[in-house]
Amino acid sequence: MSTLETQGLGKVYGDFVALAPTDLKVEKGEFLTLLGPSGSGKTTLLSLIAGLAEADSGRILMNDRDVTHAAPYQRDIGMMFQNYALFPHMTIAENIAFPLKMRGTPAAEIKRLVQEALDMVRLPHIADRFPKELSGGQQQRVALARCTIYRPSVILMDEPLGALDKKLRDQMQFEILRIHKEIGGTIVYVTHDQEEAMTMSDRICLMNGGRIAQLGSPADLYFRPQSLFVADFLGEANLLEGRLVSGADGEGVVRLGDASEIRVTLPRPLDHGAAVKVMLRPQNIRLEDTPGEGLNARLRSWSVTGASTKFFLDAPALGSEPLIATRATAMSHDAPEPGRDYRLSFDPRDAVAIPADEAA
Amino acid sequence: MTAIPAPAATRRPMSRRSRQLLMAAPMVLLLVTFLIYPSAQLFLLSFQKGGGFSLENYQRLLGTPVYLTVMMLTLKISVVTTIFAVIAGYPVAYLISILPKAKKGRILFWILLSFWTSFLVRAFAWIILLGRNGVVNKLLQTLGISDAPIALMYNFSAVVIGMVHALLPLAVLTMLSVMENIDRNLTRAASTLGAKPGMAFWKIYFPLSFPGVTSGALMVFVTAIGFFIFPALLGGRRETMITQIIIEQIIQTMNWGFASAVAVLLLVVVLLVFVLYDRAVGLSTMTGESSARKGRPGRKGIFSRIGDAILTGLGHASDAIIGLFPRRRAREGAPRPLVGFVTVLLAVMTLPVLLMIPLSFAESGLNWPPQGFTLKWYQQIFNSPIWMSALTRSLVVGFSTAVLALLIGTPVAFLMVRGRMRGKTALLAFTLMPVVMPNMILSVGLFYLYAKIGLVGTNLGLIIGHTVIAVPYVVLTVMSVLRNYDTRLDLAAQSLGATPIRTLRLVTLPIIGAGMISAFLFAFTISFDELTIALFTSGGMSATLPKQLWDEVSLSISPLLAAVSTCLFLFVTVLIVAVGLLNRRQK
Ligand SMILES: Nc1ncnc2c1ncn2[C@@H]1O[C@H](COP(=O)(O)OP(=O)(O)O)[C@@H](O)[C@H]1O
Ligand SMILES: [Mg+2]
Repeated sequence: MSTLETQGLGKVYGDFVALAPTDLKVEKGEFLTLLGPSGSGKTTLLSLIAGLAEADSGRILMNDRDVTHAAPYQRDIGMMFQNYALFPHMTIAENIAFPLKMRGTPAAEIKRLVQEALDMVRLPHIADRFPKELSGGQQQRVALARCTIYRPSVILMDEPLGALDKKLRDQMQFEILRIHKEIGGTIVYVTHDQEEAMTMSDRICLMNGGRIAQLGSPADLYFRPQSLFVADFLGEANLLEGRLVSGADGEGVVRLGDASEIRVTLPRPLDHGAAVKVMLRPQNIRLEDTPGEGLNARLRSWSVTGASTKFFLDAPALGSEPLIATRATAMSHDAPEPGRDYRLSFDPRDAVAIPADEAA
Repeated sequence: MTAIPAPAATRRPMSRRSRQLLMAAPMVLLLVTFLIYPSAQLFLLSFQKGGGFSLENYQRLLGTPVYLTVMMLTLKISVVTTIFAVIAGYPVAYLISILPKAKKGRILFWILLSFWTSFLVRAFAWIILLGRNGVVNKLLQTLGISDAPIALMYNFSAVVIGMVHALLPLAVLTMLSVMENIDRNLTRAASTLGAKPGMAFWKIYFPLSFPGVTSGALMVFVTAIGFFIFPALLGGRRETMITQIIIEQIIQTMNWGFASAVAVLLLVVVLLVFVLYDRAVGLSTMTGESSARKGRPGRKGIFSRIGDAILTGLGHASDAIIGLFPRRRAREGAPRPLVGFVTVLLAVMTLPVLLMIPLSFAESGLNWPPQGFTLKWYQQIFNSPIWMSALTRSLVVGFSTAVLALLIGTPVAFLMVRGRMRGKTALLAFTLMPVVMPNMILSVGLFYLYAKIGLVGTNLGLIIGHTVIAVPYVVLTVMSVLRNYDTRLDLAAQSLGATPIRTLRLVTLPIIGAGMISAFLFAFTISFDELTIALFTSGGMSATLPKQLWDEVSLSISPLLAAVSTCLFLFVTVLIVAVGLLNRRQK
């Protein structure tokens, strides 16, 4: 039984499709992230689940109950807003107690639970303060305590960390995961930050133009993208153009522009002769010092970007775009001269063929 | 990167301090000379009798039952007006605040139209409406509720109806300024946390909007307490308000001392209300800042607990009522009963003036329904030297006032927004004095001053008086324009080689131009509608349009006046539409 399920759920504004009919199942205890560029319909989907917007088509089931037309307060949800939405005229304790009061919890019980919640988010001493008197990170924790204290079966978070700086964001990611474990709730999380999505999620639902582009584990999406959009959106990717020469059982051979052939992985069966792009992650390309059989490339330039060093290479097989390969930065490496030739090698499991004609 | 050096300064720049002084000086001078000094003069006058110090004026004021009755009635009318205006205005402001931008403008237009239509025109419209043969009586007879005309006018209710109608827009706009700053996500958050709509409103939205309610009430009350048009035109002999006594004392008996004492009393009451307000709520809420309670850790006061319990009760009650009706599916729009209520209210706000228009073209006089069509009233106006000279004078005075107010107010607005200086709050408070001070006090003071320096009956006297009233609005309008202006654009232009003057001409002014024109039009409208100052300082042949209208209305009601009012109304409509278009184009 899934905790949350949408069936053909859609939303239009005028004649603009903000969310195409969408099927999605979220399992109990799961951390699912809606990831996608701005305007891809993440907030729309979340608002429909929360009941803050009315669906134009489809159904929403929560614990197998149809809640498509239920008001937000009739659904068993908690929601964390991007700007926290703490009530400015209430103390922190009153803010956190609010959902319990709405549910008629006895006062003594509320007191105990509020203290527990404050302890859980590691802010035990701020009960009587007002939201204005807290820092952004503290407000964040209070918002987290408020939407989890009544143990809703689904917790929705819309870019909750968007307003925090990098360091605080890392810290809060960890906090949210810890609390997710502690209360064992189901979380649907929205972000446009792919790194955040990769770090936190059990599964990622990558969205584009109001529809699901791909749904799967972070590794699935990263290593087995099914479309160019997915390959491009998650991390850096080299895309080599070519045609499928042969393929079976998830493996195949692709002929590139310069007639060289490489072995690739096929996440799904493709017709022979199909135009494909082969995705190669920069860190999976090894630069062999001695040119020879297979793919060769000439160094255009290189730069140290921190932990890794980026090599920009020209390869006949690639056209004008430079191919990017990375290496861990180390003092022991020589500074190579531009113009130097390398042979490229990689594991066929890291080269993924994606149909080229698929709309991004 | 290399920076192209800025063109060398051609002359030594003034020190910041003296530049700031220079920017504020004209306004400070204006208000000191033509607001503070005359008021102080009145204060002194009120303590004089026969050339020496005396408390006689106050003894007479406080010792005569008639005056005490008038004071009590003034308070009663003002309080009742305030309550009705705030309660009726709240749903309107609420609806405007929750509507999407496009729809907001439409409702706001009607509110602004009422707001800027002169009190005199609206009072006149009610006279026609409530008269023996007016629309209301005709309607009651048609519906069979009454079979003869009943006296709807010249009583307490007529005054209150007129005043609520007059001040509702002010209440709405003041409350709106607070409501616009309430984050809409808060009520949505409440509903995801389990609050039903009624509970979310009473426990979250209402407390947050409360500063708007109190400041709206304050504004309505201090305006209402200085009214004389409505009690004079719609009230009976019993409905006399305090400012009418001042007029009577000045115009009929020239008793400056006593009139001053009444004015001082009025001022004291207004100031007292402000002080009480500041104690209870804090004046800072007037600026639309959200007012989180001071973090007082520990136990909450008994009042706030009672308040909380009341709000919870209201929440439950509302939800019980809402629960009686089937739930609508379209959750996103505004609640339909609210839209219905606001529509009716807006109709009631606008109709009186609109109903007056056909009567100005009718041959049947002011009786409803209008019959026949004639332009004779309009012809009479345009052939009348009195009306034409009044119109000319109003236009000249209005235009000059607007120019002067803009010249004086704009530097102050720049100073308030851009200047780095201490005492900004004090300067703003000083600027707003003409808004707080009842116009009647200013008018009497100016009359006394003008009589001595020979400005009575002159255009200059009117222009100065109107500028005093209009300057605060200019400052506020230009301030809001400047707040939205990104000063980095100036820096960008200057970094690209534009001199300050060219920057102003090519970048700053084109961008803030529309806002400046709005400020100009506001100042013009204020002057064009102004009656109180004109009442004393423009006499006989030198009347302004409102003064001429007032004189005639007090004497007799004729369709000619409906024609004049229609012209005034259409004129304001054009101005509002112009401002609206300007602002839209700017976006
Ligand atoms: N109330 C609305 N009216 C019209 N269009 C809207 C509305 N809300 C969202 N949209 C449009 O729907 C699309 C998806 O929006 P949203 O779900 O907020 O995207 P995301 O959260 O992924 O950035 C956007 O193009 C947005 O402009
Ligand atoms: Mg969004």
